[in-house]
Amino acid sequence: MINYDLAEEQQILRNSIREFAENEVRPVAEELDEKEEFSLELTKKMAGMGLFGMFIPEEYGGSGMDYISYVIAIEELARVDGSTAATAAAGNSLGIGPIYYFGNEQQKREWLPGLCSGETLASFGLTEPNAGSDAGATQTAADLKNGEWVINGSKIFITNSATPISAIIIVQCRTGTLDKGKSELSCILVPNETEGVTAKEMHGKMMWRSSNTGELYFEDVCVPEKNLLGKRGGGFKQMLSTLDRGRLSIAAMGLGGAQGAFELALKYSKERKQFNRTICSFQVNAFKLADMATEIEAARNLLYKAAWLCDQGRPFGREAAMAKLYCSEVMRRVVNEAVQIHGGYGLMREYQVERFFRDQKLLDIGEGTSEIQRIVIARELGCFE
Amino acid sequence: MKILVLLKRVPDTEARILINQEGTGINEQGVKFVINTYDEYGIEQGLRIREQVGGDSKVTVVCMGPGEATELIRTALAMGADDAVHICDPALGKPDPFTSAIILAKAITDEGFDIIFCGKQAIDDDMAQVQSILAEMLDIPQVNVVAVFELSDDGTKATVRRRIEGGDEKVEARLPAIFSCEKGLNEPRYASLPGIMKAKKKEIRTKTLADLGFGEVPGGTRSRVLKWLPLPKGAECRMVEAEEMKDAVAELARLLREEAKVI
Repeated sequence: MINYDLAEEQQILRNSIREFAENEVRPVAEELDEKEEFSLELTKKMAGMGLFGMFIPEEYGGSGMDYISYVIAIEELARVDGSTAATAAAGNSLGIGPIYYFGNEQQKREWLPGLCSGETLASFGLTEPNAGSDAGATQTAADLKNGEWVINGSKIFITNSATPISAIIIVQCRTGTLDKGKSELSCILVPNETEGVTAKEMHGKMMWRSSNTGELYFEDVCVPEKNLLGKRGGGFKQMLSTLDRGRLSIAAMGLGGAQGAFELALKYSKERKQFNRTICSFQVNAFKLADMATEIEAARNLLYKAAWLCDQGRPFGREAAMAKLYCSEVMRRVVNEAVQIHGGYGLMREYQVERFFRDQKLLDIGEGTSEIQRIVIARELGCFE
Repeated sequence: MKILVLLKRVPDTEARILINQEGTGINEQGVKFVINTYDEYGIEQGLRIREQVGGDSKVTVVCMGPGEATELIRTALAMGADDAVHICDPALGKPDPFTSAIILAKAITDEGFDIIFCGKQAIDDDMAQVQSILAEMLDIPQVNVVAVFELSDDGTKATVRRRIEGGDEKVEARLPAIFSCEKGLNEPRYASLPGIMKAKKKEIRTKTLADLGFGEVPGGTRSRVLKWLPLPKGAECRMVEAEEMKDAVAELARLLREEAKVI
């Protein structure tokens, strides 16, 4: 049996986040993007809505919602602004998620309440200058000496890691060597304030300009042995599992971004007149809009199914990869046509689609490139056996 | 303190409203319904009064509407209201303001109250009558179009400002009383995620006409809608443009004389 109706609370959530995004985010999105400025004020407002710790149980300060609700919330933020959605998506999937799923009780009690209330932000230190898609090539090293991890190395493109409230970094480290020369990888919790940690805000981004992106340096950073997240050597698995869930939220950003750009294009095409007709009444544009609406609908169904599988506790990695890939690419086609429909105005910042056009590009690259998603899906198909 | 807030389910202001073929109402297909905007100010004011007074104060939402209205009632609960009464009966149809007031008055009397808040009008049919008829039936003071609300420290009266042409009127009312809210009274809060989760456990008491002691729809038919008609299509606006203002004026005069034939 298939039921496409959202639960009542999911519908209320969508309405509420849409209202929030329209009233609180849309008026400031353009300016923050132009200034390439992370907004602490907006982050606090999101926290006030309960947008951090959405899928975390109430006992740790979360809202105890399911993944479909989480996806809907990110979708609604991305419908208005990619950067804002990124702050929430990374905060939840990459910051809060690993501590909740892999942390011990003490670590959860120590970090989750602050993170869920939005007092602090956590970041996931995975990517390095020389370890992108090849995450196994992590060079940042952690040596256990006298009951302390001594960490040296650097991370790059780490979302939410260099804000005034960034408090904790989950650092993927090489903690040893396995047979065949492979690295033993482990995640270690490193508070931002630890001596030897430098977090530098990265600038000059094409997209997600008001989301915070940091470059991290670790120089003889010492943290207690108990800061290890989960088991020693469990880092790679934790990373894969975190990214599976993360893909749901990145897909939600593609879906929401596509929806937002589509709505702008539809509205504009109904108002703009050329040759004494609204431009949406020209078949060449009407068909574009019909295709956009169709692809968005398909993307939404694919993503909600992946989130539903996740909520059911069933395997969802394949569907998450498909949804991330498809939603990103649907958004790419949609923003492209949305700018086209806007004509010359579409190239101007004032018309918003310009921002959506730029923001889309990250989705083809972040949290596993589109090529990596295709590898994940093809592997599931048994292509590489 | 017991605070009641009246809530009506109405079409979204941004919805595309089309009259149905029979002319008996609007075509509801694909139309999003929302809490009447002015009622939202009532909900927010109720919550603020509860926060101000504290103790065992309680905000109860009262809504008369179809089954689909539960989503909106639940939204009010997610904003922070404590519980709700949902008057829902297929026999109701679209009651006129007098009938609505009779039914609401019964439900309200059953609930008991110290203050009632509602919107100054519903943004669907814009009758703006129910609150006044209710005040008469309940025999309590009414103050309409309230833009500022202050409760006295002892909680026995309210000093409010109501918007009138060209200014405000300051009014003092002894409680219990009914206040209809105007835009600007406050900034309604959003339903937060924790609020949405809490609302799932809050009680909505559904009442049929029979539950309220009515054998049939009360009030007779004081007014009857004969037919719904779309707005007449307005004439198209034409801009008269010219380099020099005097040329534009001359052209406008020519158009008025020769085409519109009004001068």
